Amino acid sequence: MSGNLLEINDLHVNAGDKEILKGLNLSIPFNEIHAIMGPNGSGKSVLSNVLSGNEDYKVTSGQIIFKNKNITELKPNEISNLGLFMAFQYPVEIPGVTLMNFLKTIHEANRRANGLEVLGPSDFLKYVREKAEILGINDEVLKRQLNVGFSGGEKKRNETLQLLVLDPILTILDETDSGLDVDALDIVSEGIVGMKNEENSFLVITHYKKLLDKLSPSKVHILVDGKIVESGGPDLAEKIENKGFESFN
Amino acid sequence: MNKKINKPSEKDFNNPYEFGFETDIETVFAPKGLNEDVVKFISDKKEEPKWLLDWRLDSYSRWLKMKEPDWSSLRYPKIDYQDAYYFSAPKEIEKPKSLDEVDPKLIETYNKLGIPLKEQEWLAGVAVDAVFDSVSLGTTFKEKLKEDGVIFCSFSEAVKEHPEIIKKYLGTVVPNSDNFFATLNSAVFSDGSFVYIPPGVTCPMELSTYFRINAAGTGQFERTLLIADEDSYVSYLEGCTAPMRDEHQLHAAVVELVALKGAEIKYSTVQNWYPGDEDGKGGVYNFVTKRGDCRGDNSKISWTQVETGSAITWKYPSCILKGDNSSGEFHSIAISNNYQQVDSGTKMLHLGKNTKSRIISKGVSSGSSSNTYRGQVNIHPKSENSRNFTQCDSLLLTGNCSATTIPYVESKNKTSTIEHEATSSKISEDQLFYCLQRGLDEEEAIALIVNGFCKEVLQKLPMEFAVEAQKLLEISLEGSVG
Ligand SMILES: Nc1ncnc2c1ncn2[C@@H]1O[C@H](COP(=O)(O)OP(=O)(O)OP(=O)(O)O)[C@@H](O)[C@H]1O
Ligand SMILES: [Mg+2]
Repeated sequence: MSGNLLEINDLHVNAGDKEILKGLNLSIPFNEIHAIMGPNGSGKSVLSNVLSGNEDYKVTSGQIIFKNKNITELKPNEISNLGLFMAFQYPVEIPGVTLMNFLKTIHEANRRANGLEVLGPSDFLKYVREKAEILGINDEVLKRQLNVGFSGGEKKRNETLQLLVLDPILTILDETDSGLDVDALDIVSEGIVGMKNEENSFLVITHYKKLLDKLSPSKVHILVDGKIVESGGPDLAEKIENKGFESFN
Repeated sequence: MNKKINKPSEKDFNNPYEFGFETDIETVFAPKGLNEDVVKFISDKKEEPKWLLDWRLDSYSRWLKMKEPDWSSLRYPKIDYQDAYYFSAPKEIEKPKSLDEVDPKLIETYNKLGIPLKEQEWLAGVAVDAVFDSVSLGTTFKEKLKEDGVIFCSFSEAVKEHPEIIKKYLGTVVPNSDNFFATLNSAVFSDGSFVYIPPGVTCPMELSTYFRINAAGTGQFERTLLIADEDSYVSYLEGCTAPMRDEHQLHAAVVELVALKGAEIKYSTVQNWYPGDEDGKGGVYNFVTKRGDCRGDNSKISWTQVETGSAITWKYPSCILKGDNSSGEFHSIAISNNYQQVDSGTKMLHLGKNTKSRIISKGVSSGSSSNTYRGQVNIHPKSENSRNFTQCDSLLLTGNCSATTIPYVESKNKTSTIEHEATSSKISEDQLFYCLQRGLDEEEAIALIVNGFCKEVLQKLPMEFAVEAQKLLEISLEGSVG
């Protein structure tokens, strides 16, 4: 048994007939923050989706091991209930469903799947308000329909609230920082840092060094054309900020 | 690799009808079939006055000359009206004096349905007039209502106790010549509910009736008459459920509402008659005529319905906006799954000045079902400054089902306006994946999205009904995955 929370071995993934991930390897131990940077279209979001079990993408070979369990064939909700959360790059709107109702529904589903008791309404409300407060989200926002008419930044803040409420073991942040203003970026990254503990890990996809400065990842990986082409410390992010991805092509 | 979110297949549609049990009690039937003698038998059983028998017989002779309507989109085999029983009453309760005299098995049935009949359990403030097959079982909270002068009882009882009101209003909203099914009902109606709210009274509680078809092969023909006298208010809830059966059961109810000057009636229905099995076998044929008459100025009638059951639904709760400044509303959720067919909508007839109507219809179709919204809005030449707003949204969960919107609109007054909006959508893969990523399974995700889609209408239901209705949406859509 390895001590890694996530292990990806030689992962090949197709979107339609086109191969997008071309033999990707990545390991994330417990209690670490890893970052992935890479040019547009290199396969970062496809990777997040595949890890989350999105059936739009076909795993042609390779394996995804999460908590020592092969999750390559599992359904998205099964993976989710094992403790994997993805903050979407483009969160979807669900009309008529309030953010509060959504949070309650997913929290209950999660608790039930893990054999835990469901919180009563007043306990849950208290719990959500605690998390919302960290992110500066007020009751009015909780009453709004999920992501309907939300600005880009507001949607990202919502994703973070769901993250804090579900408190997963592995969190994938797919460009959660994109679209956030300077203050929001501070709030959100503080929220994430506050969530960090010995039993969870993060995979942070970003184009900007700024977020990484706040999260201080233990490793930065460079994803180009469906493969991790280089891994290193936070200084890699700096190198990319200055020189771009050209040297990796 | 075949990692898949299950796509819908016919096999997936297992929707065990939650309320499919039958109560084993002795039953008294009228002879099978329909003729004058059966009409007389029913009237006689109910010890009705002659004028009512005459009205029934008049209806019967009209019915004989009528043709079953064929303009709807519904397809079903010809109904043999001679092959059904038109009256059945549980033997033990032919003449119940009070709840204590009621067969405990019946009470048990209600308990299974989740309708606690005992008065002490109704401290929450709902009075129930429960119709078991054809005879009214007992009415709770009658005493309290009496203090305010509210009359809430079975139709048969009202015929005996308040004949003058019945005589004055019966058939004035839905005449016994109205349509094939309403006329049939007028001839053979068995029982139903009667409500009268005196002038100026706000009914102190939600009134509620649960209908239920029990005996095999019996048609159920209830008749409901609700009168809100001047400046009164009442909210009425109707819940329907029927046990599972292989053969089709006919149900043809009539509901008449009268709102006098300044009165307001809210009428809510949750209908989950047995819809038939996943192959389309069995299920209730539901042909209902519901109409409200805003007879007085400033009166208001609003219909809210959640229709999830029945193999066939043919139902158009309507408003006649006769009084000036009167207003009519229709809020509807119609869910169809498997082989269910729904042809439902409303009719808004603007006669008075400054009348308003609002129609919100949400159709959700799944399986191989068909779901038609059929609406009619008429603004008459003298109806000045009247307004209608209609919004019809349909959501399709599978590729096999169909959703159709048929709005007829006609305005004969230039100062009046009619507005119509319609949308048709599918649950997107993105929405589904989003919910699944958060840990919901497909059914939970669909239920959540459908509930969101229906929210505007669900919000119109009284609190205790809204919860039940939400649960019902989930049950009705079990197994259906987009
Ligand atoms: N469902 C799909 N069908 C076909 N091609 C797809 C699909 N999803 C993604 N792709 C393609 O896969 C490639 C990788 O896309 P991906 O979204 O992973 O890029 P990314 O690295 O996240 O880029 P960005 O930085 O712009 O977010 C792109 O060429 C994209 O067009
Ligand atoms: Mg991306």
